[in-house]
Amino acid sequence: MIHFDKVSKIYPDSSIALEDISFSIEPKEFISIVGHSGAGKTTLLKMFLAEEKPSKGKIFFESNDISTLNRNQINDFRRKVGVVFQDFRLLPDRNVYENIAFAMEAAGRTDDEIEADVPHVLDLVDLKSKIWNFPHELSGGERQRVSIARAIVNQPDVVIADEPTGNLDPLNTYDIVQILKKINDLGTTVILTTHNKGVIDSLKKRVLTMENGKIIRDDREGKYII
Amino acid sequence: MIWIKLKRIVRSGFYSFWRNGFVSLSSILVMMVTLFVIGSTIFSGAILGSTLNQIKDKVDVNVYFVTTAPEEEILAIKESIEKLPEVAPPVVYISKEDVLADFKKRHENDEFTLQALDELGENPLGATLNIKAKDPSQYESIVKFLDNESTLSSDGTSIIDKVNYYQNKDAIDRLTNIINSANRLGVILTIFLIIISTLITFNTLRLVIYMSRDEIAVMRLVGASTNYIRGPFFVAGAIYGFISAIFTLILFYPITIWLGNTTENFFVGLNVFHYYTANFGQIFLVIVASGVAIGSVSSFLAVRKYLKV
Repeated sequence: MIHFDKVSKIYPDSSIALEDISFSIEPKEFISIVGHSGAGKTTLLKMFLAEEKPSKGKIFFESNDISTLNRNQINDFRRKVGVVFQDFRLLPDRNVYENIAFAMEAAGRTDDEIEADVPHVLDLVDLKSKIWNFPHELSGGERQRVSIARAIVNQPDVVIADEPTGNLDPLNTYDIVQILKKINDLGTTVILTTHNKGVIDSLKKRVLTMENGKIIRDDREGKYII
Repeated sequence: MIWIKLKRIVRSGFYSFWRNGFVSLSSILVMMVTLFVIGSTIFSGAILGSTLNQIKDKVDVNVYFVTTAPEEEILAIKESIEKLPEVAPPVVYISKEDVLADFKKRHENDEFTLQALDELGENPLGATLNIKAKDPSQYESIVKFLDNESTLSSDGTSIIDKVNYYQNKDAIDRLTNIINSANRLGVILTIFLIIISTLITFNTLRLVIYMSRDEIAVMRLVGASTNYIRGPFFVAGAIYGFISAIFTLILFYPITIWLGNTTENFFVGLNVFHYYTANFGQIFLVIVASGVAIGSVSSFLAVRKYLKV
């Protein structure tokens, strides 16, 4: 479904962010990417989201080379991908409902669909009671759950979670990981980056370990080993 | 589908307008300056134009005849002048007697002159023809026509004493020049001010958009199209322009009343307030259209920077 083919990213100051990365992700897979800060995890995700182009190599989503997509195709492609960030990136002046509806509006969904799907997806992340609250009235864990709800509301094929638990305490971390697992069980591919050892070890899913822009391990049922 | 999108774009345009209250206010104030300048240009153009017309209207050419010129010959010349296409009828004939009466009336407080006139015994003043051209530039050809016309009396001397066009010409030319260069200076100044205030508006809107950069980034990441992201800013910019235009038009109301009362005597005959109310439709259109155009185009351009993600 996703295939990185000998991808390198070299910045103009000739620092190498990624070097000769090749791997594939199957549909409905749950894959974790681990590594120290600066190992290249975020660069990898940015290139997958077409925010940056690889210096060498190709990235395929289904049969399309992502780096050759034009603006409209990138927009279409991004609607098939949900993204969750460490810093949540919710809009502070909109309540939970509006934050999620916003993503659906941008994807061109009808008002009826929005009214039906937003409560449903909030139910999935167990946050239905806070539907009219604003982000500043929520805890970190709750905000991250809103952010996940926003990422999955358009029923994407892939959900990318970039250090989603980085700002959370262990209990909330556990909750978030359980939600991501649930999403994966419902049939969505999940790509998770983290440096939380506990998360990786409890997941018992595929782990890709990166260091200095290279993949050094790729384990089917991996543990956090660096 | 397009209808839903349009509705959402307009709605979130209004939304972003309300939410950024303070910045909206400053944008509106800055745009009001621009629109005020544009409006002032319209008014000063009208004032200068009407002043020029008034002056042009006051310009005429007087043909003075010698005292011995027979009345029939003068009337014959009058008739032939009236047939000229350049001349705005009527050509006014003032007989010797009327000229004398006029002269006496003008100098009724001037004992010396009246005495001198009495001592002279006879009327020293000749009859006059008063000619107006349809356009000031045509005086020249009228005067040429007079030169060529046979205006000789039976004894071979000209019955025309003098034509005062050549003295007036200088004054007329100078006035026209002054008004034209005032007009030109006004236009240059206005263009300059419009550029400055458009740039300030542009920068103020950039601030609004800068505050929304997170929102833009999130919209990008959920796959919103470029126009869908740009649309609300475009709408908000247009709203800024529209509101500024309305405020400017309201502001012109007391200003033109005041100006109208104080300048009516100075600028011959044009009351700015009457001009404003009489041409309100046009002025409204120009101001509102400029406001909406400046606002929407500036924000359309300003948002470009944050769309690259």
